[in-house]
Amino acid sequence: MKKIATLVGATVAIMATAGAHANTLETVKNRGAVQCGVSDGLPGFSATDSSGRWQGIDADVCRAVAAAVFGDAEKVNFVSLTATERFTALQSGEIDILSRNTTWTLTRDASLGLNFTGVNYYDGQGFLVSKDLGVDTAKELDGASVCIQSGTTTELNLADYFRVNGMSYEPVLYDTSDQTVGGFEAGRCDVLTSDQSQLYALRIQLSDPDSAVVLPEVISKEPLGPVVRQGDDAWFNVVKWSLYAMINAEEMGITTANAEEMKSSNDPGIQRFLGVSGNMGELLGVSNDWAFNISKQVGNYGEVFERTVGTGSPLNISRGLNALWSDGGLQYAPPVR
Amino acid sequence: MCWSLRFCWAFLAVYGADYIMNPNNRNGLSRLFYNPTARSLFFQALILGLLLYFVMTIVGNVMTNLNQRGISTGFGFLSQPAGFGISQTLIEYNETFTFGRTFFVGLLNTLLVSFLGVIAATFLGVVVGISRISPNWLLRKISMVYVEILRNIPLLLQIFFWYYVVLQTLPRPRDSLSFGESIFINIRGVFVPKPVPDAGFSFYIALLVAAVVAVVALTIWAKRRMRDTGQQFPVFWTSIAILFGTAVIGFFITGRPIMLDYPELRGLNFRGGITILPELIALWFALTIYTSTYIGEIVRSGIESVSHGQTEACRALGLNEGHRMKLVILPQAMRVMIPPMTSQYLNLTKNSSLATAIGYPDLVSVFAGTTLNQTGQAIEIISMTMLVYLTISLLVSAFMNWFNRRVALVER
Repeated sequence: MKKIATLVGATVAIMATAGAHANTLETVKNRGAVQCGVSDGLPGFSATDSSGRWQGIDADVCRAVAAAVFGDAEKVNFVSLTATERFTALQSGEIDILSRNTTWTLTRDASLGLNFTGVNYYDGQGFLVSKDLGVDTAKELDGASVCIQSGTTTELNLADYFRVNGMSYEPVLYDTSDQTVGGFEAGRCDVLTSDQSQLYALRIQLSDPDSAVVLPEVISKEPLGPVVRQGDDAWFNVVKWSLYAMINAEEMGITTANAEEMKSSNDPGIQRFLGVSGNMGELLGVSNDWAFNISKQVGNYGEVFERTVGTGSPLNISRGLNALWSDGGLQYAPPVR
Repeated sequence: MCWSLRFCWAFLAVYGADYIMNPNNRNGLSRLFYNPTARSLFFQALILGLLLYFVMTIVGNVMTNLNQRGISTGFGFLSQPAGFGISQTLIEYNETFTFGRTFFVGLLNTLLVSFLGVIAATFLGVVVGISRISPNWLLRKISMVYVEILRNIPLLLQIFFWYYVVLQTLPRPRDSLSFGESIFINIRGVFVPKPVPDAGFSFYIALLVAAVVAVVALTIWAKRRMRDTGQQFPVFWTSIAILFGTAVIGFFITGRPIMLDYPELRGLNFRGGITILPELIALWFALTIYTSTYIGEIVRSGIESVSHGQTEACRALGLNEGHRMKLVILPQAMRVMIPPMTSQYLNLTKNSSLATAIGYPDLVSVFAGTTLNQTGQAIEIISMTMLVYLTISLLVSAFMNWFNRRVALVER
């Protein structure tokens, strides 16, 4: 099986090599491309389109990093990973960034040798049920069979939620999201649980999307963000600030379309950001026009959001918690200065 | 003499060999070199040393790397609460139990499906194997087609076939197929009544044990009598009568000591009774059918390896077909069959790890899947899992070797 092969392979890699990942930024520059771990197909976050190109808000984080490092957003090798494989792939150095709708938790931060660089999507866990079940709230789900993708925080939240509410359930575990949807559609389970954003994405994959509804309850906090290996601060900074640059660009009103003309703006903040003045890029170990390249080639956070999961996409998710702080959301980036 | 390194080697090779080959020049060291015991000891020590060095390097590298990357190590996680649910548990388990417990839950699930698979595959395999050499043309051809098709389709596809194609066409819980309102079949599995011991249960068990003892005694007596007098006794049918009779009559005499807990549809699912998961059924069917084709071929080849003269001798003695197979052919065929049979049992056990593809909670799915992901202790968990499969395989191997020695031809 592919999963076992990857795990064993990664285990062997950890056994055989001695500390080869001291300087990821240097390794990435020499390789000429960023190795980016993404999902095995989750529309809006990371999924291939009809031409085989990876699309989504997670995929675009990797493009932003590539734009910052190489000035070319296309220098990314995408590696598709299941939930179970993802951390091992990062730990063993198979990938440089894990950008795969991964929830930031204490255990993962503290015991896996990994660092979360920020949050590119604030999510929460919910339930998708078929309409003919006649269930309006998650409190009526006592005794239900629940389809879950294995190896996720979802599994733990689900157990906690049912326990707290004194309800029983039968977990049905699948390896990939396609199998999970398959099990749900066939009626193997009554409920499919996952992050709400994913539920919307999975719902449009159903043969009859109108036959299922997302219940109103949100049972957990799921801050999703990119992850890098611990102990390599230079690379950590590059990934962290690539995401911040996207958010800052939105705040400053810099878009793909106007990035070029914004260069002649006389706002010192924008000049610094776009690398017209100052040496912000150099401090990070990349070129000074890093943020310009991100804005020009990938776009600002708002543009990416609307294009991938927002109103410009089939998912049609509203900004909600993911609006800028100045619009009542949670997205906030430290200043570039 | 040594102008260059290569020349030097050549010189040493030619003159050195010449020097050693000459018996007059043999001193203590070269005598030792020519001593077979000393030489084999030396090389074994050398290999052992290299192996130890290799293992030490790997362990050292692992520890350094894990430390450098800030990945926590050790087996402390086994005593942490697991916090996730498992759909089939043979021992008591809920979310408050530890990760260590999930190991045993997964292990038992693996053993369950392997055990069921081995038993069923053996029965089916023997039937298929005997059918393949049956004088009946139709039976022979059907079993040939069965073997040739099913052993050439990858096992994973067969598992998917049973799970996604066959079992997922079953009705939903509300439209379950019902047998006498006590057994229900739907897409969530098979629901059967669960026997619950009631008052008088221990007495009933004692009666059953007594019946088994009586049957054993009868068998020994019948064997002895046949050896002494040549008279036969219908042991098989008498045993069945004793066991069945005791089970039924005893049940009423002791006042029906077993209650049945019937499954019933409450809310979204069936509650009560015993649930047999569709994942277990799909995996069991696929493993059984796939392995039975190989076992069938082993049985066929075993039977065909017994010389035709034996059959002719049986006919000459007037043994009927059943006796010929049971008393003459199969005992001889067993010797050929057992070693390859062991491999099939091992394969079946290891193949059961494909369970993770359809979500049957076996060791790989529960422990090397969920537990690994919640704790991140990849090295410890993968090592433990590999060790378990190794242990199971070695145990099955040891048992089959013992069995093989018992049936092997004792040469005098």
